[in-house]
Amino acid sequence: MLLRMSFRPTRAWALPLVLAGLLAGCAQDGGSGVQSAKLSMIQGRGKLVCGVDGKLPGFSFVGPDGRYSGLDVDVCQAMAAAIFGDASKVEFRDLNSSERFAALASGEVDLLSRNTTMTLSRDAPGGNALSFAPTTFYDGQGMMVPAASGITTLKALAGKPICVESGTTTELNLADRMREIGVAYTPLKFQTGDQTYAAYLGGRCIAVTSDRSQLAAKRSSFPNPGAHTLLKDVMSKEPLTPATTNADPAWADAVRWTVNTLIQAEELGITKANIASKLTEAKANKNQADLRRFLGVEGDFGKQLGLPADFVVKIISAVGNYGEIFDRNVGPGSKLQLDRGVNNQWTKGGLMYSPPFR
Amino acid sequence: MPKPQPVLDPAGIPPWWRDRRVIPWLVQGVVALLLLVLIAFLLGNLVHNLTARGMLLSWRWLGEPAGFDISETLLPFDASLPYWRGLAAGLVNTFRAVLTGLIGATLLGTLAGMASFSRNGLLRGLTRAYVEIIRNIPLLLQLIFWYFVVFLSLPNGTAALQIPGLVLAKSGLYLAGFSQGMEWSLPQLINGVWQAPWRLSVEFAALLCGLIIYSGAFIAEVVRGGIASVPKGQWEAATSLGMDWFSTLRHVVLPQALRVIVPGLNTQYISLAKNSSLAVAVGFTDLYSVAETTLNQTGRALEVYLLLLGAYLALDLVISLVMNGLNRLVQIRER
Repeated sequence: MLLRMSFRPTRAWALPLVLAGLLAGCAQDGGSGVQSAKLSMIQGRGKLVCGVDGKLPGFSFVGPDGRYSGLDVDVCQAMAAAIFGDASKVEFRDLNSSERFAALASGEVDLLSRNTTMTLSRDAPGGNALSFAPTTFYDGQGMMVPAASGITTLKALAGKPICVESGTTTELNLADRMREIGVAYTPLKFQTGDQTYAAYLGGRCIAVTSDRSQLAAKRSSFPNPGAHTLLKDVMSKEPLTPATTNADPAWADAVRWTVNTLIQAEELGITKANIASKLTEAKANKNQADLRRFLGVEGDFGKQLGLPADFVVKIISAVGNYGEIFDRNVGPGSKLQLDRGVNNQWTKGGLMYSPPFR
Repeated sequence: MPKPQPVLDPAGIPPWWRDRRVIPWLVQGVVALLLLVLIAFLLGNLVHNLTARGMLLSWRWLGEPAGFDISETLLPFDASLPYWRGLAAGLVNTFRAVLTGLIGATLLGTLAGMASFSRNGLLRGLTRAYVEIIRNIPLLLQLIFWYFVVFLSLPNGTAALQIPGLVLAKSGLYLAGFSQGMEWSLPQLINGVWQAPWRLSVEFAALLCGLIIYSGAFIAEVVRGGIASVPKGQWEAATSLGMDWFSTLRHVVLPQALRVIVPGLNTQYISLAKNSSLAVAVGFTDLYSVAETTLNQTGRALEVYLLLLGAYLALDLVISLVMNGLNRLVQIRER
């Protein structure tokens, strides 16, 4: 009797415990489904590791003070701001075009923001198995020649040596275009951009080919930029896009919506300068539902992505919207002076279009 | 109670597990088994992870069209041909660089090694300086120096450096030779472009200069060591017979020095073959360069690296095989 008496309360104690344990187990499973393993690792590490080119003015470039700047760099900083609320918690890794995918696949970098063209074979699981965010710069391949050479068409390059960086889509497009127009040429391939442009400036090749934005960027750092011209031909489509891997879809989503945030903010007219007043406005006015959701005043978009609720506010306060990033790094506010062109908002006839924050 | 007898059969032969002829085999068998299990585990792990990523070994891509061009090849190649043809063209380019490099480095190294025993102090000094400077600077830096500083500062067109029978220009090195009609022809400028029976690209020339001069310095040391190993008495004996410095070296000392030199040469040749993969830094399309492009376009890292490893291993083993044969020829035969 005594024995049975002592058992009952134990059982009674055990039941809620077991239930709680089961629930905790469920909660944990549910939790790891939402929370990306990569994101947890980055939070634990306390900084984001971002793969960039590092030698391309306007996109990613180390200044004399040792600080990185550029459009690709700002995407990394936006991501760090979204995770930590602090854009400086990024470690940059310089990668050349041959190293970049291996570095991403092995987990050496969390995010590749390195003027990388989105293509089928890079996206597909049977190819490089990358997961691409929205495109941050729509580019096309161009050809640069010395102005003094008098060359104005691709045909005039027949039999001439052309410098190209190996392991790029550029290398393949060059072969395709020249085959199409039936022009024989000599490709001179180099492992890094530095070597490629050094050989071009050394006069070894009569032309150098790459993305038009890259050619403009490199030209701006030449000793005499005026002595080089870009041919009118656009040889390919080059949507330059940040990438993660297929291995962690939840992390890929966080990156995707961080980039969308930059584009959406520009559409809504939210800038680094007015973000504080917009936030006050959203908090004060319950009827501004779109703005309230976007800025995380209501709803749980942040939680759904595994990011803080106010990640949008943190991103815009740190780097500004897409338009500001463009102008500052490659547009009117930079040495490159590139036109917005197709990189304008869809409302202004461009291709920059963020899906709704719903 | 009788004491238990040791396990011995009537003839006094120990059981098989204590047999000294069996034990070594048994131990080696167990070690081999463990090793096999380890390898099987590692391979299984690899296959499992690759399957999980959908990247299981596959070689079908070798037959796909490559889609890139190669600037200088001995095998005909264009972008519509499959990857394996591109890799083969790269391999032939590597062979070309290694073979010419070996010959050049051997000649230069032997001359420099001999010169370090010269009675001319200036020549001896120059040789020492060459060896000490060149072998202490990384090869990659030397290659970049030859390409970007030396060859890319050559003038082009009419301003090109002209030595009778040889023209040095930024677009390449042009050599006189027999043209297709078996006529002796010199390099000539046609429509602003040099034409000659023999042309080397500056990329290949820079690679060759770098490899030959770098390996030559090491080979010079090997040759010097070999000559120094021949007893002084041999020199004195030859001199007392009235032989001059060069014929003493040629007929008496070098044949004996070869025994010491050949094994050392083997190492240097293997290094040269491996170093040739630095060609990618100066824009020469060798096997490594083609493989790198292939890897980037196909995403088949494991397969491409396996092919690369296999190719360089085979190349080095062939060099070793030849050198070991040579080594047997020059050793003293016991009579």
